[in-house]
Amino acid sequence: MKQSGNILFSGVGGQGILLASELTAHAQLAGGYDVKKSEVHGMAQRGGSVEAHLRYGERVYSPLIDPGSADILVAFEILEAVRYLPYLHKDSAVVVNTQKILPPAVALGKATYPEDILSELTSRKINVVPLDAFAIAEEVGELRTVNVAMVGAMSNFLAVDPQVFLDVIDRAVKKPFREVNKQAFEAGRAAVYA
Amino acid sequence: MVFDNETKLWLSGNEAIALGAWEAGITLASGYPGTPSTEIMGHFGQYDGVYAEWAPNEKVGLEVAIGASFAGSRALATMKHVGLNVAADPLFTAAYTGVRGGLVVLTADDPEMHSSQNEQDNRNYAFAAKLPMLEPSDPAEAKEMIGRAISLSEELDTPVMFRITTRIAHVKGVVEKGSRGEVPTPGIERMPAKLVMLPGNARVRRRAVEKRMAAAAELAETLPENRIEAGRGSRGFIAAGTSYNYVKEAFPEAPVLKLGMVWPLPEKMIRSFAESVEELVIVEELDPFLELHIRAMGIDCHGEDIIPNQGELNSHIVKTAVEPDSAPELFEPLELPMRPPNMCAGCPHRGLFYGLSKMKDVFVSGDIGCYTLGFLPPLSAMDACVCMGASISMAHGMSKALGKEGEGKLVAVLGDSTFMHSGMTGLLNTVYNKSSATTIILDNRITAMTGHQQNPASGKTISGEPASAIDFEQLCTALGVPRVVVINPHDIDETRRVLKEEINSPDPSVIISRAPCILLPEEVRRKKPTYYTNLDNCTGCTACVQMGCPAVSWHPITPEEAVERGYREKQRGYAEITEVQCNGCGQCAAVCKFDAITRREEQ
Repeated sequence: MKQSGNILFSGVGGQGILLASELTAHAQLAGGYDVKKSEVHGMAQRGGSVEAHLRYGERVYSPLIDPGSADILVAFEILEAVRYLPYLHKDSAVVVNTQKILPPAVALGKATYPEDILSELTSRKINVVPLDAFAIAEEVGELRTVNVAMVGAMSNFLAVDPQVFLDVIDRAVKKPFREVNKQAFEAGRAAVYA
Repeated sequence: MVFDNETKLWLSGNEAIALGAWEAGITLASGYPGTPSTEIMGHFGQYDGVYAEWAPNEKVGLEVAIGASFAGSRALATMKHVGLNVAADPLFTAAYTGVRGGLVVLTADDPEMHSSQNEQDNRNYAFAAKLPMLEPSDPAEAKEMIGRAISLSEELDTPVMFRITTRIAHVKGVVEKGSRGEVPTPGIERMPAKLVMLPGNARVRRRAVEKRMAAAAELAETLPENRIEAGRGSRGFIAAGTSYNYVKEAFPEAPVLKLGMVWPLPEKMIRSFAESVEELVIVEELDPFLELHIRAMGIDCHGEDIIPNQGELNSHIVKTAVEPDSAPELFEPLELPMRPPNMCAGCPHRGLFYGLSKMKDVFVSGDIGCYTLGFLPPLSAMDACVCMGASISMAHGMSKALGKEGEGKLVAVLGDSTFMHSGMTGLLNTVYNKSSATTIILDNRITAMTGHQQNPASGKTISGEPASAIDFEQLCTALGVPRVVVINPHDIDETRRVLKEEINSPDPSVIISRAPCILLPEEVRRKKPTYYTNLDNCTGCTACVQMGCPAVSWHPITPEEAVERGYREKQRGYAEITEVQCNGCGQCAAVCKFDAITRREEQ
């Protein structure tokens, strides 16, 4: 079992990144690790790029992941995966939601959304796991479970019993949304090797 | 939440500080919302046996806390770094009066300016105001150190400053639960020689300040929060706050002097540490504060010469600054379209800024809030923004400087909470000193940017209890404004008409642009029908796209595609609404002249 690691979450404000990183943090805490997590609130949340850094290990000092040291990148949007390239290393795993959210300049017609942008990662031999988390959320019947489906996919890369995540969801998510979130987690987890 | 058990909690720095304040017997906290300090107040208010409030600004908040301390209670004032500029007046004199109950003044600095207009380093205030300052490195320490701040405050008879940064406030970590200690009983006690700061008394207290700071410096030598961590190697580090974390990650073996009290400094401890190493490196974010004062002791060290004095640090920056050859090979960043924050879909501010964007001669003096985003393209309808409340006074100053040339061209724009924070006095001045500038109060019924805090206009206190809600119309009239007009900014045509009329008026006037923030829970609950695009009717005129709504996007097409879709061959693209993002404000439909945007009536 890996003794320490760095998980970076990236996406667009409003996509539920904070909950995704929170579930992951609790799962690592349940595994007995020391954990630190860094978020940015305030202005950055208004539809801008958002990131959360999660670090775990025997004793974690820095709350920030250094460039070149994210072991897992959980990206909720394609551009927001590639934007974090400098944080990756050759053995990083990138779980990416294939959803595209147009940045303002693209929506205004002043710039174009780069095509086949994920090849920027794959061509560097980075392990990219694309996931249509939106479709998974649609399938389980609750669009707001995209983030938990992403956590499910990501969980394949952690030496944590998936039951730990399900227990965390049980205690962290309000009752009416518990079952559907667990389904999203399971579906996300299964989708990676499907 | 999940991990929380008998002894340990998973908390953000701000949550930990709230808990620490409760455990330390603090019973009153007052402050003004400001990233990254905001969440402390809400969390503190949830504990039993305490009183928490949102003050209209940081000066008021600190004065409230001073009053509680004078009554014998333990008190906390919270603010972001720039808020301390507003509260600096009471701060510098409270340093003279000292305290009765322990008093903690918390400043949350924002290196990297994630959500701020500057990155001032408020450690300089501790030096300037002659106050002790503590600085924790993580949430666990933050909780413990609030207790230390209270005991130092009472022992040394002084307010104690408490500095955090974004990477303390918004970092989550494991915190040890404690229990609540003694809570002093308040009561009136008159001590005018100590509390009435007129020159005769202040001169006496001035000497007390020097004596107290000397005692604090002596105490700093043995304070457990200042400690030398022995290590290997000839290079030693001095660090505080989150910088300490980066040193520990980058140089885990090295000897470190960790400072929990960053002012006054433990000179003997620093000297003996400096003598124990061959090379001394001071690692700190922003100003070379520790470095400056350590150099003043005659100690040679590295600091600003290798460590950046702008923005945040991380362990990579620290490592490569000290050992440039250790830099790892990294993937280069790619040129990608940026994704800056944007006003939300359905934001009422958009309608107002759309109107202003059409008035090319008008100079928009802006202010601090969500609406500062009106600066961004495509609306690009803000020309200046300096600090809370400045919009009105700056517009007045421009009006006086420009004279006739400025007539019909000057407008100040600020939010409801910002107006009450420090805009009212500016408006009073505008009226009293007779300028023609127009003031627009963007009244969205909440302090939105920091995450929906109540304020004196929202009709509720921090705990949600009903409270008096200020009447802006009456207030502006009472200040002497001859023209006060209320508009609904979602009504695009009416907004444009009123803007033109009021800005051109030679009298000072106030436009209250009133519509609730689209993210308010009651607004979210009564979700309005969305709008959709009739693509057949779209002519590609981009009128709706030019409003910059995140729910509206432009799709370029080739001439062949245009013909295929039944458009004119010249049509370069079409606009489309992403309905899941639409909040039903209808502003885009109002600017569409081709009947291409329709309201989806409830089924």
